[in-house]
Amino acid sequence: MAFVIEVALLVVVLGLIWRYLGAYLVAVYEGHLHFLDWIERPVLRLLGIQRDAEQSWKRYLRSLLVFSVVSLVITYLLLALQGHLPLNPEHLPGVTPALAFNTAVSFVTNTNWQNYSGGVTMSYLSQMVALAVQNFVSASVGVAVAIAVIRGFARKRSGTLGNFWIDTLRGIIYVLLPVSIVMTLVFVWQGAPQTLLGPAHIHNVLNGVHQTILRGPVASQEVIKQLGTNGGGFFNANSAHPFENPTGFTNFLQIVLLLSVPVALTYTFGKMVGNVREGVAVLMAMIILFAGTFAFSLAAEKGGNPAIRAAGITSTRGNMVGKESRFGVDNSVLFNIASTQTSTGSVNSSADSYTPIGGMGMLAGMMYDEISPGGIGSGMYTMLIFAVLTVFIGGLMVGRTPEYVKKKIQRTEIIWASVGVLVMPITVLVFTAITVAIPAGRAAILNHGPHGFSEILYAFTSMGNNNGSAFAGLSSNTAYFNIVGAIVMLIGRFGIIIPVLALAGSLAAKEEVPVSAGTFLTATPMFTGLLVGVILLVGALNFFPAVALGPIAEAVLHGRFF
Amino acid sequence: MTARTEMKPSRAKGVAGSKSLFDRQILQAAIRGSFTKLDPRIQVKNPVMFVVYLGTMVTFVASIIHSSLFSWLVTVVLAFTVLFANFAEAMAEGRGKAQADTLRKTRTETEARKLLADGTTETRIRASDLQTGDLVVCEAGDVIPSDGEIVEGVASVDESAITGESAPVIREAGGDRSSVTGGTMVLSDRIVVKITATPGNSFLDRMISLVEGADRKKTPNEIALSILLVALTVIFVPVVVSLEYFAHFAHTGVAIVTLVALLVCLIPTTIGALLSAIGIAGMDRMVQKNVLAMSGRAVEAAGDVSTLLLDKTGTITFGNRMASRFVGVGGTTADELARAARLSSLADETPEGRSIVVLAKNEYGIRDTDSGTDFEFVPFSATTRMSGVNFKGSQIRKGAAEAIKRWVIEQGGDVPTEVDEITRDIANAGSTPLVVAQDQRVLGVIELKDVVKPGIKERFAELRKMGIRTVMITGDNPLTAAAIASEAGVDDYLAEATPERKLELIKEEQEGGKLVAMTGDGTNDAPALAQADVGVAMNSGTVAAKEAGNMVDLDSSPTKLIEIVEVGKQLLITRGALTTFSIANDLAKYFAIIPALFIAAYPQLKILNIMHLHSPITAILSAVIFNAIIIIILIPLALKGVKFRPAAASEIIRRNVFIYGVGGVIIPFIGIKIIDIILTVTRLY
Repeated sequence: MAFVIEVALLVVVLGLIWRYLGAYLVAVYEGHLHFLDWIERPVLRLLGIQRDAEQSWKRYLRSLLVFSVVSLVITYLLLALQGHLPLNPEHLPGVTPALAFNTAVSFVTNTNWQNYSGGVTMSYLSQMVALAVQNFVSASVGVAVAIAVIRGFARKRSGTLGNFWIDTLRGIIYVLLPVSIVMTLVFVWQGAPQTLLGPAHIHNVLNGVHQTILRGPVASQEVIKQLGTNGGGFFNANSAHPFENPTGFTNFLQIVLLLSVPVALTYTFGKMVGNVREGVAVLMAMIILFAGTFAFSLAAEKGGNPAIRAAGITSTRGNMVGKESRFGVDNSVLFNIASTQTSTGSVNSSADSYTPIGGMGMLAGMMYDEISPGGIGSGMYTMLIFAVLTVFIGGLMVGRTPEYVKKKIQRTEIIWASVGVLVMPITVLVFTAITVAIPAGRAAILNHGPHGFSEILYAFTSMGNNNGSAFAGLSSNTAYFNIVGAIVMLIGRFGIIIPVLALAGSLAAKEEVPVSAGTFLTATPMFTGLLVGVILLVGALNFFPAVALGPIAEAVLHGRFF
Repeated sequence: MTARTEMKPSRAKGVAGSKSLFDRQILQAAIRGSFTKLDPRIQVKNPVMFVVYLGTMVTFVASIIHSSLFSWLVTVVLAFTVLFANFAEAMAEGRGKAQADTLRKTRTETEARKLLADGTTETRIRASDLQTGDLVVCEAGDVIPSDGEIVEGVASVDESAITGESAPVIREAGGDRSSVTGGTMVLSDRIVVKITATPGNSFLDRMISLVEGADRKKTPNEIALSILLVALTVIFVPVVVSLEYFAHFAHTGVAIVTLVALLVCLIPTTIGALLSAIGIAGMDRMVQKNVLAMSGRAVEAAGDVSTLLLDKTGTITFGNRMASRFVGVGGTTADELARAARLSSLADETPEGRSIVVLAKNEYGIRDTDSGTDFEFVPFSATTRMSGVNFKGSQIRKGAAEAIKRWVIEQGGDVPTEVDEITRDIANAGSTPLVVAQDQRVLGVIELKDVVKPGIKERFAELRKMGIRTVMITGDNPLTAAAIASEAGVDDYLAEATPERKLELIKEEQEGGKLVAMTGDGTNDAPALAQADVGVAMNSGTVAAKEAGNMVDLDSSPTKLIEIVEVGKQLLITRGALTTFSIANDLAKYFAIIPALFIAAYPQLKILNIMHLHSPITAILSAVIFNAIIIIILIPLALKGVKFRPAAASEIIRRNVFIYGVGGVIIPFIGIKIIDIILTVTRLY
């Protein structure tokens, strides 16, 4: 009952966020707000950017790539050289080159796949400057791309999509920073540490045990980790760690934070293209997919652990293996599903210990391309790719060449939309296949049989979707995994951003088509239904064979699905 | 006669519609074509089917190396999948080819009587040697050697070779009826024609290459869809190839033949096989409606049209004013008026005059009772502006209000004031008043109405539901235009239209992103026809009009535009529906093949075998056989097009999603199960 109330509360809170944060984002990116001009102006002047300098999609993309490369280099250097840099109370050595590369890519691509254990590998400087900065900027870049794509739909006969530098800067100063500052205080109040004093050393005189308790600037990391759908935890245990996620309230807040911007962007989309209901139609598709996946995993986890059941032990609390008793099955599943469906990847329970079908729910959220509601910005733009494809197939069936929010979908759009949809599954499947085929890949697998396969499949699906959650059971801090993983993350990020910006550029240049009774209306349940159908079908067609050999095979070996 | 059949004149029998969809000859040619199209240079143009083609070769080689009944069967089924796709395309091309052959026969080597520069001497040269600008003479019985314009004379011409319409048409020098088409025959009189077509590029030549589809290019939407299909093919290559490694990890292997079978089942072969057939059939349906589309692009644009510019005369109204009402004045009853009006019109052969006689008969039952010989008819003249009859010492006159009033006053009579009121009311309603007087007395007023065709209002309502706006174009004054527009139910009208205003209107509509379709025949329509997204030139129109438009209506029927839009929509719907169906089919194929692949590694995976297929081998075979057979089953649908009823987009999509989307998911489950049962029962496996 308490959980039902919690979910109801979540829906209400997210509804308000959808409406008001969505409208706020419109104001931020359309340049209606000026109260932070005193930050914005000097920064732009420093970068040499005119305040009204618009960019074509190619320039927008070039700026984005330049910025990402620079971010990558800086992050890499900070990590590799942390041993010589300040704010390193534990005197941690520099991060090894392969791991530093992997980690830099991971944070720049908003993946936050962690091949390291935060508390014992990263200095405070690395956490706060190298990683936390990327948590902000990679998130803001994601939103900027989403906004540019939305502008592509909203503008007509326009050669430009906005300005990458201005969009990214505004996202940080108007959205991510203010929310983070306020929420950090809430986390501190709830008990998350925020200190630069280094680990606490406790010597228990009574039993003579000496304890080292890792701590650091956790609270501030925590908020942006979720808000920016980053997911990289301060500690290895991520949000299962009591310092990262001290109470039931922070658990709720974390879920709200990670869903907020992706959800609100659907309102922004609707508002900017001139019909909020267009955004609602897309949001509904996200909700249906989210709710379905959540119900699917929850049913599996409630059903209990087949291995324990086989041992003759009955449990009424479902599968509690790998879950915090503070959160229980309901809140663990809700957290993990929300996190895997938003490309956040933070977890409050061990994904590896979920039942095969419960784990498949998390996997599925990523396999249908992180769109329900998806990562910050990336969920929105990926969803729009699917919307374009849906309209192309469905729209033909009304007897007109297809159009979406008044824009004709033609050859160029289909080329880029196809590329955008193909990149992720091809990358995931090819690299999973390579990894299971070669010794360097197979060596990392701790479990064999279908579970071992699931672990690899999960790892590459997670990296390819810039999610970052891990199934564990994989010793992935090897040169092979660090380098191949980095490649997969780069393709997963830029392999979609490039085509989606090209798509937006082509759309922006187009004339609007007036809506008539002959138009396939997209602000309708029919469109939502078709969109969900296309997403599920594309996801299922791409991954059904792989899933059959992983989680499904594992589940049927135990004799049942749920 | 219902309204609908009224709108669609029965199909002409000439060029178009000569062959049924599954004519025996076409069928035989298509079977031959299925094999000749196996040329890899042709196959590579269709990437989806090319993958099947290559897959067949792979399984063929695999079958030779590790021969088994299963691998040979798969190879044969895959080969048939390719053949079926070829067959679909060949079928679609078949009817056009047959029609082209018929047309070629009419293009027999004719001799032309070329007029030399002196203007009198004739020399006989071959028609194919004629150059643009040459003058040729054609007399009764001559076949006109090439396209041209009459510079001298008037003739009746039999155009049945082109239009299929056997009634001869009049062609004369000057004006909009001056163009003649090569291959048609002069039935009477003598004309001098100035040749306008370059050799080998006459209308007939173009028509042949169009119906034959010789230089058919993929249309923009077809290209976009092909790209999507390529993407859906490309994606399944890694899906299938990676599966080999995944399977290996699970300590099992998948035979290459099985992998190819899976790949072929997953890539969108159904739509891939039928896509070009759908496009060709769409063009062909236009030809069946006696419309020559100069490009597939125009047919596609027809589906997108959101504004139709329709000429009032001939499309919306019958074109002639017809008597619709008798209004008596000054105590005269309508019956008396009808009697007098009828008498005055008995010898009046104008359509208006005849319509008065008809109305008197139909509404008042007045027939030929007072036959006599002492009738003296007074024909209409431009000076009197009235006509009538003198009999038994009495004079009856009908004509324009002012003329009759003057005449009555001249006779010493006077005009009741109500006449002015009635005539004004009639004029306000968009009709023409005709006043009738007998000697000094005004009898009443006849309302001559521009009669709107029955059923047209409903037709426009349908178009509106489809989201298409109709704009009536007329030379009438705004008052008359408004009245007719509201009666016909058009959305808008352009009164006192000139070619310039027409062009302006088109540009205005296009400015807002709308696609505009119009018909035209005159030379002064040419700019507007060229500007319109779908410009339909009447075959009876001038060469300039025909060249400006992107379609030619051989019937020269003004209502054709509506049918053209429907054909365009049907084409797009068929494409969308079969694509949806094709993709939706994949789900069932997965459920057939995946458990079959891995049952050896994980026997418990049989839980996924929800169709309870007999064995892994029958499961895979059933899926590939279904995949091949569905192509053949859907050929008629691809050629005829998905049934199209005018309705709102929301309604159409609901129906099509249900049939082709939901149906596309369910049907293969049933089909594969049935094939599996057949394979099992026949103990093939």
